[in-house]
Amino acid sequence: MLKEYRTIKEVVGPLMLVEGVEGVKYDELVEIQQPGARMKHGKVLTINEDKAVVQLFEGSQGLQIANASAKFLGKSLDLAVSEDMLGRVFNGLGTPIDGGPEIIPDKRVDINGVAINPAARDYPSEFIQTGVSAIDGLNTLVRGQKLPIFSASGLPHAELAAQIARQAKVLKSEDKFAVVFAAIGITFEEANFFTESFKSTGAIDRTVMFMNLANDPAVERIATPRMALTAAEYLAYEKDMQVLVIMTDLTNYAEALREVSAARKEVPGRRGYPGYLYTDLATIYERAGRIKGRKGSVTQIPILTMPEEDKTHPVPDLTGYITEGQIILDTELNRRGVMPPINVLPSLSRLKDKGIGRDKTREDHADVLNQLFAAYARGKDARELAVILGDAALSKTDKIFAAFAERFENEYVGQGFETDRTVMETLELGWTLLKTLPRTELKRIRQAYLDKYWPIEE
Amino acid sequence: MQGRIVKVSGPLIVAEGMKDSKIYDVVRVSESKLIGEIIELRGDMASIQVYEETAGIGTGDAVYATGQPLSVELGPGIIENIFDGIQRPLTKIRELVGDRIERGTEVTNLDHEKVWQFETVAKDGDRVNAGDIIATVQETEAVEHRIMIPPTIEFEEGGILTWVKTGSAKIVDTIAKIKTDSGKELEVQMLQRWPVRIGRPFASKMPPREPLITGQRSIDTFFPIVKGGTSAVPGPFGSGKTVVQHQLAKWADADIIIYVGCGERGNEMTDVLMEFPELVDPKTGYALMKRTVLIANTSDMPVAAREASIYTGITIGEYFRDMGYKVAIMSDSTSRWAEALREMSGRLEEMPGEEGYPAYLGSRISAFYERAGYVRTLGKDDRFGSITAVGAVSPPGGDLSEPVTQGTLRIVKVFWSLSSALAYKRHFPAIDWLKSYSLYADSIKDWYTDNVSTEWTEHKTEAMGLLQDEASLQEIVQLVGMDALSDKDKLKMLAAQSVREDYLHQDAFNEFDSYASLEKQNMMMTVILDFYHAAQQALADGMEYDDIESLDVREMIARFRYTPTDELKSQYEAIKKAIDDQCQAGGR
Repeated sequence: MLKEYRTIKEVVGPLMLVEGVEGVKYDELVEIQQPGARMKHGKVLTINEDKAVVQLFEGSQGLQIANASAKFLGKSLDLAVSEDMLGRVFNGLGTPIDGGPEIIPDKRVDINGVAINPAARDYPSEFIQTGVSAIDGLNTLVRGQKLPIFSASGLPHAELAAQIARQAKVLKSEDKFAVVFAAIGITFEEANFFTESFKSTGAIDRTVMFMNLANDPAVERIATPRMALTAAEYLAYEKDMQVLVIMTDLTNYAEALREVSAARKEVPGRRGYPGYLYTDLATIYERAGRIKGRKGSVTQIPILTMPEEDKTHPVPDLTGYITEGQIILDTELNRRGVMPPINVLPSLSRLKDKGIGRDKTREDHADVLNQLFAAYARGKDARELAVILGDAALSKTDKIFAAFAERFENEYVGQGFETDRTVMETLELGWTLLKTLPRTELKRIRQAYLDKYWPIEE
Repeated sequence: MQGRIVKVSGPLIVAEGMKDSKIYDVVRVSESKLIGEIIELRGDMASIQVYEETAGIGTGDAVYATGQPLSVELGPGIIENIFDGIQRPLTKIRELVGDRIERGTEVTNLDHEKVWQFETVAKDGDRVNAGDIIATVQETEAVEHRIMIPPTIEFEEGGILTWVKTGSAKIVDTIAKIKTDSGKELEVQMLQRWPVRIGRPFASKMPPREPLITGQRSIDTFFPIVKGGTSAVPGPFGSGKTVVQHQLAKWADADIIIYVGCGERGNEMTDVLMEFPELVDPKTGYALMKRTVLIANTSDMPVAAREASIYTGITIGEYFRDMGYKVAIMSDSTSRWAEALREMSGRLEEMPGEEGYPAYLGSRISAFYERAGYVRTLGKDDRFGSITAVGAVSPPGGDLSEPVTQGTLRIVKVFWSLSSALAYKRHFPAIDWLKSYSLYADSIKDWYTDNVSTEWTEHKTEAMGLLQDEASLQEIVQLVGMDALSDKDKLKMLAAQSVREDYLHQDAFNEFDSYASLEKQNMMMTVILDFYHAAQQALADGMEYDDIESLDVREMIARFRYTPTDELKSQYEAIKKAIDDQCQAGGR
C-alpha cells in the first residue's frame, strides 16, 4: 500500500523536503501530484529520521506546498525498454515526444544500472572503422570503448559526431549496428542538425533519441544520459546489437549536478563542482564495454565543451581520467580550415593497441602510427622555430619535416566531413606522406615493414 | 546486538542503538546484509560507511553488529585471484549472480571447500612460536605458500606442536594443535584472519639494500627503486601512468605482485586478467599471473569499498612478506582513494582541509606508505621480506601542487614525474628526466658496481649530464637557431638525442623492447656513449659534423633495442666495431 504525504514543507531550487514520512527508502522514486498541474517526479536523496529530501527531476514552477502531495513508489526511476524504441524520439525522462504511440515495454529497467563485474568484462579489441583518418589511423576506436570528443565553443564537434555515426562500421562482421543519441541541454538547432543528419542517411531507423534541450529543466539532465545508456545496454546485451552512444554535452550534465549539490549545501570541490563528480561521471562512462559471452557492445562517444579550451577544467579533466582516451578539437586548425580540426598530438586512444595490427587492420599499423606521431611532432616544432627565426634557421632535415607537418594537416587530418576513407586508404596515405621524409629517419618502423612497404628501389 | 537506521545519505548511514560497538567494527545493514564499517560513534549513534550500493535502504531498517573489525582471509587461494575492495572473490561472484555485481551476495573471501596438498616442515614435538613456518603448499607453479603460525596466537612463551592432519586439508580444517607452556591448547588452521587497518607485526625493520629491477631503462638506470622502497607516479591523464604501473607489474623482479585497481577503469583490470596469463615471467619461466593478485574496485563500484581496497591490498602484501617474499604493490590510483576519503568526510560534515579533502589526508597517506619496507620477519629461521609500494597519483589538471600529490611526495623516496609534453610526442615512458628523482640512487650504487658493471654509475652520470646540457643548449637553439652552436655542442645535442630516443624511449608493446635486462641496458648505454666519445675524437681529427650525423652506425644504435635476446651479444660487438671503423675512417 503506497502512502501519499501532504506534508511537503519546503521547495528550494531542485530540492523538496517532505516530513513525517515512514518507511521511505534511499533513491526511491517519488511522484508529486497537484490538482490542475502535470505530475512531477523526483528521487530521495537523504532520509533523516522522518524527513526525506527529494530531488525533483522537473522544474518546480507552479508547485504549491499546501496543495501538492508526494507519493513514494518503492522503486527507483526506470525506463520501459523494447526493440520498438529504434527510430523513436523521447524526452529526457523517457517519454515519447514524436507523436507516436507509447512503447509497449518488453521490461522495465532501473536507469542507474549495476556495476559490471570486472571479471565479466571482455576486453575491447575489435576495430571500428569511422572513415576518419585522424581517428582510424592514429587514435583508433574499438568496440566497447568510451572515447570522448573534447571540443570548445565554435568548433564543429556536432559535424564530426554525425560523421562518425554515419560512417562507423565493424570490419569482417555482419552485426547489427544501432545508435543511441542523448541530447543533454543543447539547443534545438544542434539537436535538429543530428535529427536531419540521421534522417538524410536513413540512419534514423536504427537510432533512439533522447532529447533534453536547453530550455528543458536542468535537473532532468541528470537522468537523461542514464536513460540513454539503459536503452543502449538493453539493445546491446539482450538484442545483440553493436550500439554507439553519442551524448552531447556532458558539461551541461555536470552543471546540473553542481546545481543540485549547491542546493544541498555540500562542501564544493574544484570550481564549485561536487567532490563526487568523478564517481558520478564514472557511473555513466563505465557503462561502456563488452561482456563475456554476449554478442553486443556499448561504445560511447560523449561530447563535452571545454570552457576556454581549458583541458584542466574539472569536467574534461575528470572525464579524461575515466575514459579511454580523448579526441581533442583545436581552434587554430579550425581557423585554418582543416576539417575535422582534430589536434592529433594531445588526442589519444588507449585501446588502440589491441584493435590494430595483423588480422585486425594491417601488420604495419602500429609502426606507421608511431612514426606519423613522432614526425608530425618534430615537424610542428620545426615550424614553430621557423616562425621565430625564419626558414633559414632550419636544418635541411627540419625543413623536410616542416613541410611534412603541413601536408599531414591538410591531407591526412583535413579530409572534410564528407569523405569516408577505408583504413587501408588511411594507411596508404600515411605511407605516401612518410615517403617524403629521409628513409633513415623512420626509426619507429621495423626494418621488415620498411623494406616491404618502402622497397629500396623506389 | 541490533541497531536501527535513522539516516541514509548515499554510502553513509547513521544508526542508533549501537553503543556497544567499537570504531571500525563491521556491521551488516538491513535484511540484504550489506557490509558496512563504523567510522564514528556519538553516544549510541554510529556513522557507518556502507561498502555496497544503498538504494532501497530506509530509516527503521536493522543494523546487525558483528563485533569484528574489517578483515581479510589469508591462506592458500589468494594468488591468481581477483578480489573487490573488501576481498570478495569476483570470479566466484560472477558464477553465483552473473555479470553484474549484485548486492548482499553471501560468499567467503577464500574458497573454504578446496582441498590443498601440504608438506610439513615442522615435526611433532617441535617447539614453535608466532611466525614459524610449519608447512608449505604449492599454490601455483611459481609460488610456494608457506603456512605460518599466525601472529594472532599470542603465546610469547611458545608451545609444542602436534599434527592433527597431514597430506591434505581444507583451509578451515584444524591441521595442528599447539600446547603452550602455560598449558593452553591452541588450534592451527591454514586460514588466518587479519584486520586490514592494522599492519602485521615483524621482528625489525631495516634499510633497503637491493634494487627492484623493473626492466624499464629510464627507471633502472636513472631513477631506481629498491626492494622495500616507495615511489609515486603522478601525471595528468594520458601521460601513461597505467602503462608504467602495468610494466612494473609485468617485469619487476618481485616474487609476488599485488595490483590494486582503485577507482579506475574496468577495462584495465580486464586487460591484466587477459594478458598476464599469457605473458611469461623472465625470472621463473611461468605465466605472470602465477604470482599476481588483483584487487579491483573500479570507478563505478561503491565508493566506500574503494577506500578499503588499498588496505586490503597491503595487508595481503604483508602476509606474503612475512613468508620471506619480496612483494611489490601497485596502487592505481591513490587519488581515487583520497577522493573516497573526501566523499565520506563531506557526508560526515567534517570541517574540510585543502580542496575539500579531510585534514587527516596527509597522515593517512603516510601511514599507508610506511607499511612498505624491508623487514626481518617473525619466526626463528631469520627470514627477510619486503614490500615495495608504487602509487599512481592523478592530480587534477596535472597540477602537482594539489594535496594528494604533495602529501605523497613528502613520504615517498622515488618520484617519477610523467609529462604530458613527452606523451604528446609519444615518448614513453613519459618520465621527465629533469624533474624525477630517486633518493635510493646512492645507497645502491655499490650493488650496481658489483652486479652489473664498474662503469655503470659513471655512464649514468655522463648520460644525465648530456641531458641536462641539452636542456640549456635547447634554450639557445630556440633563440638563435641550430647554426649558432659550435660543432662540439651540436655533437653533444646529437648524443643527448640518442640517449632520449634510443635509450629512454621504450616501447611497452614491442616484444623485445618491453623488457631490458640490466646487461642489455649496460650494453645499450655503452654503445651510445662510445659513439659519442669516438665522434668527439673524430671531430677533433677533422671530420665534418654533417658527416658524423649521417654515419650509418647511428641507425644501428637506434635499432639495437629491438634486437632479439640471443643476438644481443653479437650485435653489440658489431656495433662497437662499426663505431671504430666509421669514426676512424672519417677522422683520418
